[in-house]
Amino acid sequence: MLIVRTVERWLRPILLLVSVYLLSGGHQSPGGGFVGGLVAAVPFALHALVYNAPSARRLLRTDPHFLMALGLFCAMWSGFTGVFLGAPYLTGKWVEWELPLLGHVDMGTPVIFDIGVYFAVMGVTLMIILSLAEEE
Amino acid sequence: MLVAIVSGFVLSLFAPWLTRFLGRWAGWVFSLLPLLITLYFARFIPSVFGGDTFRTTEPWIPSLGIQLSFYLDDLSLVFTLLIAGIGALILIYSGGYLKGHALLGRFYAYLLSFMASMLGLVLADHVVTLFVFWELTSFTSYLLIGFDHKREEARRAALQALLVTGVGGLALLAGLLVMGIAGGGFELSALLEKGEVLKGHPLYLVILLLVLIGAFTKSAQFPFHFWLPNAMVAPTPVSAYLHSSTMVKAGIYLLARLFPVLGGTPEWQGALVAVGCITLVTSTLLMLRRTEFKPILAYTTIGVLAFLTVLLGWGTDTALKAAAILLVAHALYKGALFLVAGAIDRGTGEKDTEQVGGLFKPMPLTAACGVLAAFSMMGLPPFLGFMAKELLYESLWEWGPHALLLKTIFLFSGMGMVLAAWVCGIRPFLGREGRTLAHPHEAPSLWVGPLVLSVEGAALAFIMSPTGAWHGFTPPLAAGVTAIAGGLGLTCVRQAVRRLLNGFAFLYRLGPESWYDMKLRLLDGFASFQTRILQSGYLRRYLIFTLATLLVSVGYYLWVRNIVYWPDVFSGASLYEAGLSAIIVSAAIFAVGTGSRFGAVTSLGVVGYGVALLFLHLGAPDIAMTQMVVDAISVILFILVLYHLPRYRLSSSHGTRVRDGLLSLGVGGLVTLLVAIATRFPLDQTLTSFFARESLPAAHGRNVVNVIIVDFRGFDTLGEITVLVIAGLGIFGMLKLRLLGRGEGDASRSEASAQEDT
Repeated sequence: MLIVRTVERWLRPILLLVSVYLLSGGHQSPGGGFVGGLVAAVPFALHALVYNAPSARRLLRTDPHFLMALGLFCAMWSGFTGVFLGAPYLTGKWVEWELPLLGHVDMGTPVIFDIGVYFAVMGVTLMIILSLAEEE
Repeated sequence: MLVAIVSGFVLSLFAPWLTRFLGRWAGWVFSLLPLLITLYFARFIPSVFGGDTFRTTEPWIPSLGIQLSFYLDDLSLVFTLLIAGIGALILIYSGGYLKGHALLGRFYAYLLSFMASMLGLVLADHVVTLFVFWELTSFTSYLLIGFDHKREEARRAALQALLVTGVGGLALLAGLLVMGIAGGGFELSALLEKGEVLKGHPLYLVILLLVLIGAFTKSAQFPFHFWLPNAMVAPTPVSAYLHSSTMVKAGIYLLARLFPVLGGTPEWQGALVAVGCITLVTSTLLMLRRTEFKPILAYTTIGVLAFLTVLLGWGTDTALKAAAILLVAHALYKGALFLVAGAIDRGTGEKDTEQVGGLFKPMPLTAACGVLAAFSMMGLPPFLGFMAKELLYESLWEWGPHALLLKTIFLFSGMGMVLAAWVCGIRPFLGREGRTLAHPHEAPSLWVGPLVLSVEGAALAFIMSPTGAWHGFTPPLAAGVTAIAGGLGLTCVRQAVRRLLNGFAFLYRLGPESWYDMKLRLLDGFASFQTRILQSGYLRRYLIFTLATLLVSVGYYLWVRNIVYWPDVFSGASLYEAGLSAIIVSAAIFAVGTGSRFGAVTSLGVVGYGVALLFLHLGAPDIAMTQMVVDAISVILFILVLYHLPRYRLSSSHGTRVRDGLLSLGVGGLVTLLVAIATRFPLDQTLTSFFARESLPAAHGRNVVNVIIVDFRGFDTLGEITVLVIAGLGIFGMLKLRLLGRGEGDASRSEASAQEDT
């Protein structure tokens, strides 16, 4: 058990980093919000297995419901940017910046949409897993 | 016009916040919007009553040819002014009536969106626009009736109103569409000229029937009248606004709007006059039994709506003119009387007409409104009600001498109206002060509305005809006087009448409301019957139903089309692919045969990772990665579930296992066959090459899969994550409800359904 607990502690930041990497790189290389959200749910699910569900909830600091709502919110509202600019709902709009350190940054509403998918998937997965883990 | 309609919806979105911010002035501030709308439309009065019409069109659903088109003529202008004008007064009144209510902001929001929907309804030109706003009024009415949502009675009445008007709305939609197809156009303004075509059309009766069902449910005509008195559980401003002045008139509006298109035929006349007369008698008899303010006013509202129905059915010039004036007069006096009843309720805490008295001294302004409105309702000069009543009887005299029955019915209902006006508008202020719960008092926001309405009743009559519509001593005048005298006579013996009618109380239990209840019970019964069959709560039974349906329906089609064959799946596979396939198949066989759950889960994991490797090999790293993460999470889920399961044992019979095995083999074979058929033809590369070509330049992404998910097919994804969230909430609900319901009878049932989600 000690081994599992130790591994879990070290795995946690790595998995979260991987999930963010998958999310942010998803538009150019394999990855994306869906798989990123799934990976992001894994450390908390592992924590719930190794310790217990309340502890995992404390670690998460927020309710999975909130993540679900946040995800849907991001995805829905990313579509309105296009509407306000006179295009149909969910039309992708992009801006490009040259920033110091980061270099060329390509930011657009589909990225926000992807972030929405990320949070929605993470929220749903965690809600199911934590609810199941709370049985008994 | 579009702005005038949409502004109400926009304001209603912000109403709850604004209410918190504006405090007790919220009602006054909100009333500025309807006031502005009234002024805006008032500019049209000279030109529209001079015969002009205005039309605006915005594209809405261009692919279906549906436009957001609005049409302003004299009919819609009258309604618009009533809706916006009375709306302003109601908003002010609500602030006083619901002072300090925790949900006042929400109430304003509902009221404003109702007002906007109602404006849209009377201004709509395209039939689909009309239908959408029609349903929106039903919906906002549902919210407003059920405003006091903690009372079972309010919820029931709200649902009843919604169901009755909703059924009517569906009939109306069908009727309007058939009418559009038959008339060759879906704009009402265009259909107005197609009257001759439609009246001679073979589907005329169908159209008429469907439209009439819509109109009669909305305007509470027999046998759909029962929802309106029940809707009186709503706060009084709602009863005044929706359920007397505006929404219930939507059916009348529809009949008047379609009169040039469908009206004037013997069928139209017969249906409207008959239904109207039955409603008149029923509502008057039912009214005489009651003593509370609001039910009395509700039944007389039904009565006036019935008058209007009869007049529109009769359809002579005098009748139509009478209908127009009666409509306006009723909106004014009945709105005022409801508001007076609400003010009395607020001031004294009393809802029963027999319990109050002598309120003139403590509430002089309310008393003035009540008396003025009651005079108009009785049909005394110089009020608008007098003009209406004169024209009403005049059109009755056009009927000729044969109309004895009709005259009797009209006189009887007229007497009922006079009695109701006396009991609700005058008597409470006379006599000795009754014993009331609270000390009677006035509040400014509570008398402004009714006062404006009742004064308007006199002023409008004066503007329209300075002589007060005096026709001289004619038979109609005599009829009016008889009705007043008879009505006042009835008030003296009202207790005796009530006792007499209560002797027939058993009849009321057989009325249409009991049909409604019975239908609901039947529906509930049928729903639980088929739920027991289809939704057994056992995962394997769901699977059997789903898979067997798939196998039979798709398999039957393939069999009939003669495309069942033995697919050639092995040629062209590399050694690597063949090896992976062998691993996947053997792991699947092991999962079926093993006696250990853990072994089964592990071998399913092997299947999953094998498939992921295949994806990787075939050049789909994205899907492979997702597959692997999904498999990892599935293992976690399985561990959580396995922990709760009892010890493994073989509980199914041999026959069941053979059946399940055959079904699995059949479905597996079917899917294999489908894949083989799909790949037999060359794939259409149009989309593939479009996505590959446009991904970087148009969507700034090199990963085509992700670009498709979040951009090209973003709408699908939005739908998918919405479904995902809803499913997640469902699972949450089931798991948590099960925790709460533990130890009760249905524990085993919910246990089965909890397993099903995993």
